[in-house]
Amino acid sequence: MINKTVKNVVDALQGVEDSMTFMLGGFGLCGIPENAIGELVRLGIKDITCISNNAGVDDFGLGLLLQNHQIKKMISSYVGENDEFERQMLSGELEVELTPQGTLAEKCRAAQGGFPAFYTPAGFGTEVAEGKETREFDGKMYVLEPAYKADFAFVKAWKGDEAGNLIFKGTARNFNPCMCGAATITVAEVEELVPAGALDPNQIHIPGIFVQRIFQGERYEKRIEQRTVRPKP
Amino acid sequence: MLDKNGIAKRIAREVKNGYYVNLGIGIPTLVANFVREDIQVEFQSENGVLGMGPFPFEGEEDADVINAGKQTITALAGASFFDSATSFNMIRGQHVDLTILGAMEVAENGDIANWKIPGKMVKGMGGAMDLVASAENIIVAMMHTNKAGKSKLLKRCTLPLTGVGCVKKIVSNLAVIEVTSEGFKLLERAPGVTVDQIREATEGALIVEGEIPEMKL
Repeated sequence: MINKTVKNVVDALQGVEDSMTFMLGGFGLCGIPENAIGELVRLGIKDITCISNNAGVDDFGLGLLLQNHQIKKMISSYVGENDEFERQMLSGELEVELTPQGTLAEKCRAAQGGFPAFYTPAGFGTEVAEGKETREFDGKMYVLEPAYKADFAFVKAWKGDEAGNLIFKGTARNFNPCMCGAATITVAEVEELVPAGALDPNQIHIPGIFVQRIFQGERYEKRIEQRTVRPKP
Repeated sequence: MLDKNGIAKRIAREVKNGYYVNLGIGIPTLVANFVREDIQVEFQSENGVLGMGPFPFEGEEDADVINAGKQTITALAGASFFDSATSFNMIRGQHVDLTILGAMEVAENGDIANWKIPGKMVKGMGGAMDLVASAENIIVAMMHTNKAGKSKLLKRCTLPLTGVGCVKKIVSNLAVIEVTSEGFKLLERAPGVTVDQIREATEGALIVEGEIPEMKL
């Protein structure tokens, strides 16, 4: 067993610097690496590029880094729930690259799997395809999309072991598995870190080879964006 | 004329036994409430769940189980969770049978715009571009006109496109329309709505052949 455990979030983020590119898992506020984001805020590094499906809300998730003006560029598919984001984007302070959601996921997974690029039909004929190579296969048009390159991937899992094996829960899985191994260093934070051997190898979602550092996260808030319920019968 | 629930109710009749269905945000989400209970259907949410169920009972909501609109939901018996790349393989790979989504504009050639108003609103396309580029069977749920009364069924879209030539069917508050190579073909009228009213509200070419029946809901 190769032990990937680091003591805490401070050790886990050793090596992050200004102007780096980060991948961050999560859909909305679901499954976001809360501890890593908190540490990036504390470190105060600047001019970072974030690849993340969404940009958090004004006072949580990536919204915290936006408030601090630490982000130079956001690569996302949907940024609708963040007023500060919209303000910075419309004023030109923040560079934004909007990417179709499936393409964003696949650009991460391509990096994980060693594909330099792939063809997708998404965005053909729209401004997303402007300046990109297109090609016809079987009568349908496709756009060539390159894989992402990133310095760190910050992911959040439900359970993990010392070997870096990960198990996700519910829809908190989302982009997290696609980003593992897609950056130079993948940092996984987990709600429950267990010894090697404690997880059933049949149930592992992401094998530890895709993870360089793993740590037990703390104080998860797991904020709900839209609390929708129905009355008990 | 239909309200949002009426549009959802009419679209629900397009959902057939054995269908996997992707529902967009807004009116499409309401469709789930009106699908017949005697057929087998599974709802896919692009953030990674197949077999999506209703909202949880009060006190049972789970921050780790949400839909694409970030609302807390439940998973039904037989449901599965998966990552975002797998989710879009279901969509891009045409494993999803029916996609229902909203639109700001649809053109008579099937172009759709629903993600950006330059200089005003830029929320992003989310999964819409993947969905419209890949799905074989797309139904757009929309109001026929905007708040100022101007048609949203146009000759050409004026907003940045989400996809080209992809919309096959529209269910609006006024009509059911098939998008053909000749333009918008009127199939059904909403209750109490005349063909003239629909023609008035449609900027693009409207094809009317014979008697147009009133929708059954």
